[in-house]
Amino acid sequence: MEVYLCAVGIVAPGLVGWAQAAPVLAGARSYHPEPLPRYSPTMLPANERRRTTATIKLALQAAAEAMSSEPVSAPGAVFASSDGDLDIVDRLCSALALPERSVSPTHFHNSVHNAPAGYWSIGSGITAPSTSLSAGDGSFAAGLLEAATLTLAEARPTLLVAYDHPAPAPLDRIRPMSAPFAAALVLTPNRPNGALARLWMALGRSEETTLADGLEQLRRGNPAARALPLLGAIARGEAAGVTLPYLDGTALEVRCEPC
Amino acid sequence: MQPLSVTAYTLVNALGHGVSASLDALRGARSGLRPWQSESDPVATWYGLVDGLEAATLTGPLSRYDCRNNRLARLALQADGFAARVGVARARWGAERIGVFVGTSTSGILTTETAYRSRLGEALPDFHYRETHNVFSAADFVRRELALSGPAQAIATACSSSAKVFAAASRFIAAGVCDAAVVGGVDSLCYSTLYGFNALELVSNAPCRPWDAERNGINLGEAGGFALLEREGGGPLRLLGYGESSDAYHMSTPHPEGEGAYAAMAAALTRAGLAPDDIGYINLHGTATPSNDRAEDRAVTRLFGPDVPCSSTKGWTGHTLGAAGISEAIFTFLALEHGFLPQTLNCRRRDPALSLHVLQAPREVALRHAMSNSFGFGGSNCSLLFGRVQ
Repeated sequence: MEVYLCAVGIVAPGLVGWAQAAPVLAGARSYHPEPLPRYSPTMLPANERRRTTATIKLALQAAAEAMSSEPVSAPGAVFASSDGDLDIVDRLCSALALPERSVSPTHFHNSVHNAPAGYWSIGSGITAPSTSLSAGDGSFAAGLLEAATLTLAEARPTLLVAYDHPAPAPLDRIRPMSAPFAAALVLTPNRPNGALARLWMALGRSEETTLADGLEQLRRGNPAARALPLLGAIARGEAAGVTLPYLDGTALEVRCEPC
Repeated sequence: MQPLSVTAYTLVNALGHGVSASLDALRGARSGLRPWQSESDPVATWYGLVDGLEAATLTGPLSRYDCRNNRLARLALQADGFAARVGVARARWGAERIGVFVGTSTSGILTTETAYRSRLGEALPDFHYRETHNVFSAADFVRRELALSGPAQAIATACSSSAKVFAAASRFIAAGVCDAAVVGGVDSLCYSTLYGFNALELVSNAPCRPWDAERNGINLGEAGGFALLEREGGGPLRLLGYGESSDAYHMSTPHPEGEGAYAAMAAALTRAGLAPDDIGYINLHGTATPSNDRAEDRAVTRLFGPDVPCSSTKGWTGHTLGAAGISEAIFTFLALEHGFLPQTLNCRRRDPALSLHVLQAPREVALRHAMSNSFGFGGSNCSLLFGRVQ
């Protein structure tokens, strides 16, 4: 499969936005993780904005960056996340463990895996199809695969947003995650002006591409951060092949060529 | 789109194990809904529970996946000779050329709910979160259970989840990523949805009554179902089209005029190259909340007119959420294969504010094309279009 990449968004400690992240991922600057600022999804009306969680804000921030740098009209969307919103899981399960079982309606509607996709469509007004998926630790590769097939089958641009957010205690011990991470890519079926790269991809069984030091810790510490080797190849602006972990020893092999 | 063959399917729900149990109950107008009874969780409603899950413990190499949701998945794979039929496809296409696409809304969250309820102090007891509760759990389990090694993903878009699996699988096959796919959905009892829908005041205290003037909400239900899609294969059933859209309106309320539903149905027709008049039956999403049925009524009437044969089958099964898409796709297969259109159970007096003449009695009629609608929270809409070849 072959698609074009025309915009990137990224939100992670020390990688806040593509302009800051690209030189770090290209190896031109060293990586210094710092706590993320608080985000507010300005695309949403105030009443909806108030209902969003840290996970939803994380996903929407990356989506908004990718869409602002290279706007395409009405893309389809794929939201990929291994675990969804673990803070909401904690709130629901805590409430259900109390005698009164009092579940907040807002927490409940935020508990669906497609909550970020729902808020994204409300904020952007885009009525195009969107999908929300999980493939566990292979969720980034699964999201990229889904986004590529959507781009080709629908012959329209697709926004891919991959995100995962650490759980609060006590769930953090059950599902450890080192840091929040979100990345967004805009894919198109044909080469647009200002395209960043051409991507070929196929399933395979190669060893996954690893990174060094702090970036490798980040990559291993969050399923969405498995995107980092691909983002590094894009940042370096050189033709490169990267292998992204998928399921059980299978991988998504991506060849990236700058435009 | 290139039509895909539907070469096998299986369903386990409150009506019983296997598709014949569903067909018999549809023909006999026997609902699977029963009064919800729980001393610790007293909610006044009816529920479509699946029998036998308590005793269906997963043992063997996949015992770490043991939870109510995956037990239901295994029962469905074992019913109707489905797993054996997938074995035939595996021999034909190769294990790495068959994808797995499973829809779910809550996966095995019951395991985590139970851990929170049983915790002493702050820490949770150990449990197999990844294998039971993670959104991917059921898809992962199904892929392992069927010894498949191709692409796999869980699709979790609330109540459209296991309709959208048909669309995703169709795209993967069109792009050459795989040649066949096991698609389906599983959702099972949990308290998040029971109390969550209750908090939204969307749960009915009586058997749900789609399109009825006195409808007052949903009943929940459990279901697990799967279908086998192949690039080419025998049998009369074909996936001819799908349509998806987003409402971009509200998280838990549909667009009042059903704009997103209309767009999804119109896209399915376009993709299949068919006109509204070609459709002989629509299995409605029909949840029986006042606003959902009203929005769907507007959309279907606008596209098909008020007389298109259609019904909601939620009165039999309850709303099976992430398994509703596959459940009602399979009811649509039954309609196509047996020429049997079920009525809208419990709809006694059609809401005069609604336009559709939903079936209030079953009808026997040979069908060529039929549609199934699934609409979910977050404004996620999917319509599927199936056909029967001679």
